[in-house]
Amino acid sequence: MVDIWEGLSAAFWLIVQFDTELWEISLRSLRVTLTALVIASVIAIPLGTYLAVQRFRYRRFTISLINALMGLPPVVVGLVVYILLSRSGPFGVLNLLFTPTAMIIAQVIIITPVIASIAHQSMRELWAEYHDLLISLNTSKWQRITTLVRDGRRNLLTAALAGFGRAIGEVGAIMIVGGNIDHVTRVLTTAIALETGKGDFALALGLGFVLIGLAIVVNLAIHTLSRTEREGQW
Amino acid sequence: MKRLLTAVTLLLWAQTASADEMRMAVTTSFDNSGLADVLLPAIKADVDLDVRLLVVGTGQALRLGEAGDVDAVLVHSKAAEEKFVAEGHGTHRREIMYNDFVFVGPNADPAEIAGATSAADAVQRIEGVKASFVSRGDDSGTHKAEKKIWAGAGLDSAAFGDWYRPVGAGMGAALNTAAGMNAYILADRASWLNFGNKADLALLYSGDPALFNQYALLPVNPDKNANIRNDLAMKLEGWLTSPRAAELINGYKINGQPLFVFNATP
Repeated sequence: MVDIWEGLSAAFWLIVQFDTELWEISLRSLRVTLTALVIASVIAIPLGTYLAVQRFRYRRFTISLINALMGLPPVVVGLVVYILLSRSGPFGVLNLLFTPTAMIIAQVIIITPVIASIAHQSMRELWAEYHDLLISLNTSKWQRITTLVRDGRRNLLTAALAGFGRAIGEVGAIMIVGGNIDHVTRVLTTAIALETGKGDFALALGLGFVLIGLAIVVNLAIHTLSRTEREGQW
Repeated sequence: MKRLLTAVTLLLWAQTASADEMRMAVTTSFDNSGLADVLLPAIKADVDLDVRLLVVGTGQALRLGEAGDVDAVLVHSKAAEEKFVAEGHGTHRREIMYNDFVFVGPNADPAEIAGATSAADAVQRIEGVKASFVSRGDDSGTHKAEKKIWAGAGLDSAAFGDWYRPVGAGMGAALNTAAGMNAYILADRASWLNFGNKADLALLYSGDPALFNQYALLPVNPDKNANIRNDLAMKLEGWLTSPRAAELINGYKINGQPLFVFNATP
């Protein structure tokens, strides 16, 4: 129990003293995860919506597959991305291993199925409501998808935030492909793993509380910026 | 929604790499010792070289070198290093310095290894009372050294019962486990001295020459791919074997105890 209080006070002092290293790794955490989130959302939201409005032969199989991929073990994703990006691997010439870009790639792979799956789920319900109207208006497939995305944006925001949550706390994959290099690829989660390894539980917990705080701030910021929970809007 | 997108775009700025930098895979024990924090700024100041450290176990470090993903490897497992060079993955092996391994265990010392006469005697005493023993179990340099000590004492660690716990983790994580189980463990002196969660553990036995731990630098073979900076690895080797490095390495102390002995031959 003592450790937890020490962790809280460590977090407090780190923030109060405006620790430059803490800011550096926190900003890097944010940058990597938000970039991954944007890329994954661009892929996953249209994909999830498309799966809701379109009927095709292997639809059921595709949906089950995406649902199953939500549980991808990050360490395995990290290892596969490592092998692909290694200088002795197929994409070695790009020289991306142990860079923030490699970490973004791994996170995109991990969170795209999460966002697509949740997006599909909510779009399916919305589609059931809009189906007759959109069909009778003789809309094109593209118009149907854009209408659903626009009207279901609050649900899609939830899907994206679920993806954000999975990515910001992820350590297994980015440890392997990023390498936890000081000043280059060290982020909050890998720093926590490092400090735990050194037996400095107070600092590790302190960083953990900073990470939780960061996630809360980002969620609040996104809700404020997109003006949810306001009168007249749902 | 527009404001949200603008905010996100503002956060995503480009990342550019700087000039002379190389990557070196090092063992967790080297990084945990804190010596890197002394050497890296000095290297930057003396020869204007940014060394990026990838902190992994010896097994993974050699694997990264084999794949050509790093420019040099600094590890401590002679047999594996010689195999690495013999297979053509490294250009050569240059000994830099050594530290030593220590036996750490519960203060009560049920196996009485504090009075052991040698490292082999110490492990025989632990095996004799079947006291809990945490092994790294991750094919790292420390794990290999530990297996060698068991073998030297005529014992087969693969056949041990429940009291022998290979955890498959780094030095720090293994020490955390040992602290939690109040078990014996073999650790490098530097990691032990720097370790923050000592609980009821204490340093019980050290000093046998069999426990010396030689670190060597292995520049990765530049024929593997065009991105390997062998020139920088050679520059680093030149610095690491210089009198300036000797002074910093021999002068590095934790709680007044010297940790490393510089032994590179010019």
